[in-house]
Amino acid sequence: MNRPETDPHFEYLLRLGDSSLILGQRLAEWCGKAPILEEELALMNIGLDLIGQARLLLSHAGQVEGRGRDEDRLAFFRDVQEWRNLLLVEQENGDFAKTMARQFLFDTFQGLQYRELAASADSTLAEIAVKSLKEAEYHQRHSRNWMLRMGDGTEESHTRLQKALDELWGYVPELFEMDEVDQAMIAAGIGIDTNALRAEWDSRVREVLSEATLTVPDVGWAVSGSRKGQHTEHLGYLLAEMQFLPRAYPDARW
Amino acid sequence: MAPLSQATEQERIREILTMVKDPEIPVLSIQDMGILQSVQVTAGNAVQVSIIPTYSGCPAMDVIREEIKTVLLLHGYGDVCVKTILSPAWSSDLITAHGRRKLQEFGIAPPAGKSSDQTGEGPDVACPYCQSTDTRLVSQFGSTACKALYKCNNCLEPFDYFKCV
Repeated sequence: MNRPETDPHFEYLLRLGDSSLILGQRLAEWCGKAPILEEELALMNIGLDLIGQARLLLSHAGQVEGRGRDEDRLAFFRDVQEWRNLLLVEQENGDFAKTMARQFLFDTFQGLQYRELAASADSTLAEIAVKSLKEAEYHQRHSRNWMLRMGDGTEESHTRLQKALDELWGYVPELFEMDEVDQAMIAAGIGIDTNALRAEWDSRVREVLSEATLTVPDVGWAVSGSRKGQHTEHLGYLLAEMQFLPRAYPDARW
Repeated sequence: MAPLSQATEQERIREILTMVKDPEIPVLSIQDMGILQSVQVTAGNAVQVSIIPTYSGCPAMDVIREEIKTVLLLHGYGDVCVKTILSPAWSSDLITAHGRRKLQEFGIAPPAGKSSDQTGEGPDVACPYCQSTDTRLVSQFGSTACKALYKCNNCLEPFDYFKCV
């Protein structure tokens, strides 16, 4: 162990907040570049919802930690190894098909996660979950529609979407992994058993893939590590861009 | 000024707060939107205003928070605290009848139906210009988090629809 023991409650909130923030930042990268105007608006809206959720979660995490770090401090002054977002959400945008595949896999997961967290013993977390669930359900409708449109669309859109799914599938098992932090939070009534959500997630995803004439990928690899701060090479570049300004000008005020 | 009773004081503050509009829909006050949850005045004349944020990332919330403080300060309330309430979560059902009428007049179709009975597909949305329900969804997402884009098949005008959530 090269870092001091951290409070599992703080760690748990960090994981939730970080995934929302990193995906929100990824979506923001589409600003000015989306394929059509309506999608530009959609991606920015979804990104903004996610960043808003991250703000609530990280602000709460900072209070739980009790060391005076607010949401901005947590967002802008942590290095790669201190981030706890899922590897799936830090993957590059790629083409629109890859962005939507990533979104669909995550939206489906996040919806289930928030639904369960609504009963958390941490009342602030429960309130954030109830509020965010409405947004997550709206996001799901959007990404699901695109899966159907592209999967069951042209040969080109189908091929691209299938390729995207194949590339991302190895990051799926991590969504349902659990470690001692998860166990401690379940015991405290704060966290949820994500492993128990796997079957429901599978059936929802499979149903959409089947309707979209897509094949459930059968890949021989799976990676994980975000719970320990081990990330793919993509996160560092994202953070460099996201954190540049506050790091270069720490006293800058908006 | 003779001291007002606490109830009258609260009424007065609520009246002042009708001046605070949603910056992105300037015809709607925070009461119309269902954002203003409560006003409390303590003995020392400190005011606590509780608001319910709409969408998690809505940038209008920061503006509204500042605006509440400014407006009250201009009316002599220096000690104002704006508290954000997450529960119960905001829902478009909280928009008042007055607010719905204002939205319509402004060219934004108000939310159709109740947030609880949203079935998968979009509801019948009436065009705010010609009232025809022969309309179609262009995009689930519009210029702000709270709106979707529609087009009227009858008068052909595009319009914003206030999402029912």
